[in-house]
Amino acid sequence: MAFIHGITMLLVYQLVGEVTVRLADVPIPGPVLGMVMLFATLWIRGQAPDSLEQASSALLAHLSLLFVPAGVGMMAHFDRIAEEWLPITLALLLSTIITMVATALIMQFTTRWLVRPSGPEKSHDD
Amino acid sequence: MTDPNLRDIWVYLSASPLMGLTITMVAYALAYRLYQRADSNPFTNPVVTSVAMLIGVLLLTGTSYDDYFEGGQFVHFLLGPATVALAVPLYQQFSRLRQLWLPVSISLVCGVVIAAGSSIGLAWLLGGSTEIQMSLAPKSATAPVAMGISEKIGGLPSLTAVLVVITGITGAVLGTKLFEWLRIKDDTAKGIAMGVAAHGIGTARAFQVSSQMGAFSGLAMALSAFATALIVPWLVDWLQALV
Repeated sequence: MAFIHGITMLLVYQLVGEVTVRLADVPIPGPVLGMVMLFATLWIRGQAPDSLEQASSALLAHLSLLFVPAGVGMMAHFDRIAEEWLPITLALLLSTIITMVATALIMQFTTRWLVRPSGPEKSHDD
Repeated sequence: MTDPNLRDIWVYLSASPLMGLTITMVAYALAYRLYQRADSNPFTNPVVTSVAMLIGVLLLTGTSYDDYFEGGQFVHFLLGPATVALAVPLYQQFSRLRQLWLPVSISLVCGVVIAAGSSIGLAWLLGGSTEIQMSLAPKSATAPVAMGISEKIGGLPSLTAVLVVITGITGAVLGTKLFEWLRIKDDTAKGIAMGVAAHGIGTARAFQVSSQMGAFSGLAMALSAFATALIVPWLVDWLQALV
């Protein structure tokens, strides 16, 4: 029963998020707002209920599965991709590598410069 | 299929969501098993292998993507609740996050600008059409966000959905190698980079490395969805004024 409660809670937050986004005409997707609202709730309550932890870890453990149907959508775009395959593949590949490397380096650099290494959770000094 | 009963069954099945849903689950189960057998080698990422298997099956049986998606939509739908569920690991990492809010914000804004700017710039340099440039621009954001932005700036939303998945796979496959090569050991930096560059598929990979990397990747994915929605349309206007 706990799992059912957890999944229901996730759906309710998503629903509230979707409705709010449409009513307020905000340019972000409903689930993202639902996530922010759930985070705020957990913060105010000061703990995450077991049912919610169960449901969220079950969903997140196989997050990759959820992208499979969208990935298969590639077959509907074979023609377009074949037409401009060079700019698409190169831009996508290089841009992803550049973004990943730059973001990791910026995060590492700013953490070292801006966060005082105090407490047990200080960053690595390698 | 000479037996009329078998043909009837096939006609029924090919039009029923049961087919698309079942083959999605079976393909993923097989792909995941392969991934485990290969010792979680990122090159055997279960999204790549299951998508390849499914496209193969659909092409061989002459099934259209729309018919497949009748069943596939049930799995696709869960992306919504899974996005909401990211609040939980995020909350569990709250104390660490509070300490790191400034570096996280800086990395996030830079990451989003670099992701969109470099994909537009590279596609333009390589002779890609404006439509392709605009479809690529939001590729690092999670699928529902990216599709909305793509439509707004003149891309093709359904092509963007595919590019988003390929981007996620690219990030998930190359990420850990890149970090090793750059000698980045901090799980928070790795997680933020994974989430900014490779959204949910990168986050799935990050959770397999460590729960801290996963939580930070989920955080970066969620926040960069906001940042992309706010920054990218403005960045596109600015770039177009420049040319």
